Amino acid sequence: MNNLLARHAESIFWLARQVERANSTARILDVNETFSRNARGEHDWESVLRLYGDESNFRATGRKPTADAVLHFYILDDHNPNSVLSNVRMARENARALRPLISTEMWVQLNGFHSRLTRLRRPDLKVENLNRLCSYIKESCQTHSGITAETLYRDESWYFHQLGRAIERADQTTRLVDVKYQVLLPQPSDVGSPIDEAQWNTVLRSAAGFHAFRRVNPQSMSPSKVVEFLVFDRRFPRSVAASVLVANEHLGELRLKYGHTARRAASGLLRKLAASLAEDTAKDLIARGLHEGLDQIQADLGGVTDALGREFFLLAETDEGAPSAGERPA
Amino acid sequence: MTQRGPSGLLGAYDSGGFFCEVFGGPQHPATHTTTVRERLDGLSLAELRRRAQAAERELYNLGVTFTVYTSREQIDRILPFDVIPRVLSAAEWDTIERGVIQRVTALNRFIEDVYHEQKILREGIVPADLVLGNANYRPQMRGLKVPFGNYVNICGVDIVRGGDGRFCVLEDNARTPSGVSYVVENRHLTQRAFPDLMRNIGVRSVSNYGQRLIGKLTELASGIGADPCVVLLSPGVYNSAYFEHVFLAREMGVPLVEGRDLIVRDDRVFMKTTRGLQRVNVVYRRIDDDFLDPEAFNPTSMLGVRGLMRAYRLGNVVLANAVGTGISDDKAVYAYVPRIIRYYLDEEAILPNVETHICREAEGLAYTLANLEELVVKPVGESGGYGILIGPHASRKALAEFRHKLRADPGNYISQPVVQLSVCPTVTRSGIEPRHVDLRPFAVTGRSTWVLPGGLTRVALRKGSLIVNSSQGGGSKDTWVLE
Repeated sequence: MNNLLARHAESIFWLARQVERANSTARILDVNETFSRNARGEHDWESVLRLYGDESNFRATGRKPTADAVLHFYILDDHNPNSVLSNVRMARENARALRPLISTEMWVQLNGFHSRLTRLRRPDLKVENLNRLCSYIKESCQTHSGITAETLYRDESWYFHQLGRAIERADQTTRLVDVKYQVLLPQPSDVGSPIDEAQWNTVLRSAAGFHAFRRVNPQSMSPSKVVEFLVFDRRFPRSVAASVLVANEHLGELRLKYGHTARRAASGLLRKLAASLAEDTAKDLIARGLHEGLDQIQADLGGVTDALGREFFLLAETDEGAPSAGERPA
Repeated sequence: MTQRGPSGLLGAYDSGGFFCEVFGGPQHPATHTTTVRERLDGLSLAELRRRAQAAERELYNLGVTFTVYTSREQIDRILPFDVIPRVLSAAEWDTIERGVIQRVTALNRFIEDVYHEQKILREGIVPADLVLGNANYRPQMRGLKVPFGNYVNICGVDIVRGGDGRFCVLEDNARTPSGVSYVVENRHLTQRAFPDLMRNIGVRSVSNYGQRLIGKLTELASGIGADPCVVLLSPGVYNSAYFEHVFLAREMGVPLVEGRDLIVRDDRVFMKTTRGLQRVNVVYRRIDDDFLDPEAFNPTSMLGVRGLMRAYRLGNVVLANAVGTGISDDKAVYAYVPRIIRYYLDEEAILPNVETHICREAEGLAYTLANLEELVVKPVGESGGYGILIGPHASRKALAEFRHKLRADPGNYISQPVVQLSVCPTVTRSGIEPRHVDLRPFAVTGRSTWVLPGGLTRVALRKGSLIVNSSQGGGSKDTWVLE
């Protein structure tokens, strides 16, 4: 059996990230729409732009940050690399490059998903249709995960797919938690003020965690409890801690099974992040500044991605690569 | 010479006097297609159209497409698929198979001779300047041994059938022939869309092409040791044949690599994997010679691998096809193939050539100029049906312009009589009508040659058109070889 091409490892890692990012973008737009519909003041779509650091990119479109404009920017704008359409297009391009590896069923589903998105028009993005559209996007991304789990051969490529998905999910959940604070509590000093319980419910629902949260906390609802759940609860599959653990496990197995034990940087960073999440608590995180703390987690995940690139994918970019592993490594 | 089918779907079909692949010709009515004809007749046109639409949709979903890139966007196109199969009898196939094997064998002997002793050139059987002055002649290949002396490992031979029902060869494709993925995908499509049409008819299978191909490629590396590493080298996702590269890599179970995935160290070829460099022994390359190695050929090529020719010359890697096979499928050399077969094999060509006039020869030019209205004139360097003049269909102005071109650069042209390509019933907007077809069987050669039963039937979908190329409105059909 041949080793995995470095270029293919990188492609499948990003394919998984792009699908997961489309999934999370749909969740964040969905939850923000609910906020803006219920908000006391003006409808705030700029918070989503801040969340993704897209303020200047959006300004370049020359449009005002209305619901219509921001939704178009994040769903259908093919000049915005963060839009759902762009992510799914890139995922499909990666899938094309990966077709010799992935199953036909994975390709057919992504191809159909992309083709349906390209047929969407502005009326499909209207606020009254948004929930349905976001549900479609989420389901399509989950279908990708399901087909992948059921059909992708479990070699190195599987591990890189799972790693990409877990790292992206951890990153996106930090953003989902932050959107709430961006809307209601932009200053760290405001954290802990009375909250609107319904809005925290919505955050939980967007992460598909509402009922699980209720089971864990049947009596109470507080910002710190929600942060505890979404960031630290290892049993909730979309939490930051659970995703970091999944990434850590997959990278560990990959290194052991495929002779990568000499590559330590990415796994060292992931283990450190997992340990710090295990020791931290929501109360401490909020006290230190939630937004800043979430930013730090995002930066750490970025460091892991860079290290993976150097250790596994770099060969794809240059002629001079890692030392030869012999003519036919076993 | 009009033929009428029975009542039903094919009831109004009229082959227009051409030889028909399903009904046969006036002297040779096709008896082997009786069952297929009866079953087709039992279908309504609406039902046929419904299944045809579903089949085409499936091609899009499966991504059996080629991509056309414009400045603004990319458009996925399918090779249009016509659902009525082209059916060859076992006897017809036997002739084609033997003819293709004979031809490929002779071409390989010819290439080996040209790059070693050049006996055929010295004896004047083929003009030396035609070969040595050819743009596809590669001096780097002089004196280089290739496995079993077989240079053309994958060959596509374009065959047509004239009004008399005889097959003849129109063109050889000995560099990087494409289309075999459609042969297999079209069959899968027919099996899904028309299980009722195929039931209890013995049709020879095409689905083992990948296994046969990897078997032959492995054979080429038998000097290297057990379990050689075979890869397929593609120009990448932007190449119009990318789907086929994916298809073949998957069917063979080998890595699909691009030039940037390979590197030459110490005159050996490696691929860049997550675990470092892995030695590569055989490269099935779908990149033209020119782009293969910027060190040896086109220095601006971004698609190839620097140093690949060095490794190749030292015998550290096998390339399939070998470098320099373009001297054998040149349109001018084509005219000499019957003589090439006679020279090396001492046999007459089983599949004759179409009569060809070589305009670089005074006689050929004079004949071509005098009979331009009745001839097909082809530039020797082009492929894909570009730059062709079809005399009987050309305007006076076009003929006059072409005369001018011919006189200015006669060496660039050959001419042939118009071959009345056979037709096959085809689904059109106005019902079932005859459309012209050709056939490209694929021959795979390692130690010996194997021919995939059938091949790609291309169909000119425009009424009356004789040009079957996909770039010029061509589609394809499933090709059945009966047991």
